[in-house]
Amino acid sequence: MKTERLGALLPVVGVIGLLAVWSLAVAAQWVDPVLLPSPAATFKALWQGMDGGPLGFDFVKTVYRTAASTAIAAVIAIPLGIVLGSSERVYRSLEFVIDFFRSTPASAMFPLFLVLFGVGDETKISVAAFGAILVILFNVAYGVMNARKTRLLAAKVMGASRLRVLFDVMLRESLPQTFVGLRNGVSLALVIIVVAEMFIGSQDGLGHSVFEAQQLFEMPRMYAAIFAAGALGYGLNLMFLIIERRFVHWSGK
Amino acid sequence: MSAAPQAVRSPSATVLSTREPSDAAQRPHVTIRGLSKRFDDTVIYDRFDLDIPRGELISVFGPNGCGKSTLINMIAGLMPPDAGQILFDGRRLDEIKFGYVFQNYREALFPWLRAFDNIAYPLKLMHVPAVERRARTEALVSRLGVKLDLKLYPYQMSGGQQQLVSILRALVVDPEILFLDEPFSALDYEMTLFMREQLQRIFLETGTTTVLVSHDLEEAVFLADRVLLLSRHPARVAAFVPVTAARPRTDATLSEPDFVAVKAHCLDIFQREVRRP
Repeated sequence: MKTERLGALLPVVGVIGLLAVWSLAVAAQWVDPVLLPSPAATFKALWQGMDGGPLGFDFVKTVYRTAASTAIAAVIAIPLGIVLGSSERVYRSLEFVIDFFRSTPASAMFPLFLVLFGVGDETKISVAAFGAILVILFNVAYGVMNARKTRLLAAKVMGASRLRVLFDVMLRESLPQTFVGLRNGVSLALVIIVVAEMFIGSQDGLGHSVFEAQQLFEMPRMYAAIFAAGALGYGLNLMFLIIERRFVHWSGK
Repeated sequence: MSAAPQAVRSPSATVLSTREPSDAAQRPHVTIRGLSKRFDDTVIYDRFDLDIPRGELISVFGPNGCGKSTLINMIAGLMPPDAGQILFDGRRLDEIKFGYVFQNYREALFPWLRAFDNIAYPLKLMHVPAVERRARTEALVSRLGVKLDLKLYPYQMSGGQQQLVSILRALVVDPEILFLDEPFSALDYEMTLFMREQLQRIFLETGTTTVLVSHDLEEAVFLADRVLLLSRHPARVAAFVPVTAARPRTDATLSEPDFVAVKAHCLDIFQREVRRP
């Protein structure tokens, strides 16, 4: 009982360790204090920025852009992935194109999308959506293709039509892999959005906040923005995990 | 058990009324003629003929790779034969209702459905309304006296319980014939003994013609009315051995002289077939 309760505290050990090393590094002046502010100064900046400050506004902007691009990507990629995955011949014929663009750094597409959509939110959101679509598509298609053969056969032998097999079996079977795609997709979307906010004529967002703080040499603010971005990435991943556990309760069992 | 076919056959009763019971019992349920199947260069079946009697439990046993599962997969339409004809009382497979139980229950059940909905799923495919689906599933479970918490998901159940759910799912449509492909081979011995008992009880209750593929001779003999012993491929019927031990059979049956003798006889034939050049 006691060891179990202690076990739940294990993740905290790493956090405390990191804070200890950080404090020590600042106190012993291992690093130039201008480059590495103390944990206290950083978290003060984080608190002040998030509590009605500009960082909170930037945070919301980045959340909006990431959510919008992931939502667009999911709406396009999930149905398309099901169609591709349900016919192995169709998937094989498009596999190279999908793999090629999946391997292309989405950031390389910025200039093209700038020409297409201008310097507004549309460009950032559409590049992030482009990156996320391919990741989600690939995972959904593989989820559908890798549906257990016995399960498909079981449905068929009970008299299920092709369409019923698709909706009652393949679709459910692909859900765990679909969530893998969604989690990877949202992570990639966040990366692309933050980069876009740094360099593509942006006035707000976490990427802009990090970049601006660095330019102004406001190091506590820069670290605060980095932590905010980290918390956002972790939170989005966790959110999809919780949704997955709720709706795909059989995953991994 | 024999009352059901009689009732169904009543239109012709005026002509053949006196001979009806024995006639219905004697006419084979499944007739297999000229069945051929090859995988690449291996001939598994070559003009294979077999009659499966009605209302009996048939165990299929034979050397490894002789085509035991292939046989029931072809009968149940999971695999097309290269040639030959399989008829069920003169009808084709798509004209009858049948049940099929896979060896791999973990992959055959739907983990996103509760056990109850897994069992009722074939009725959904037949467009049976929800209320009736519920009633029929409940009736089946209570008639067979199965003690299971059907609100659980398959992954919350033991292997034996999951396979029992598979069997119930196969039975819910009131099949004319039930196929089981090594249904207990993924279970531990204790669970296997329990499941044999369950299957025997279900068979006694329903009287459904049942074809069971087994790789365990004791199990094959224990459950069967007849053991179909196949030769090495191309498979022939090496013997079709009747098992007359009274039902319900129990653990005590396993050590009765008659049972031991039948099992030894089957083993002899099996050994002969394995050693045949």
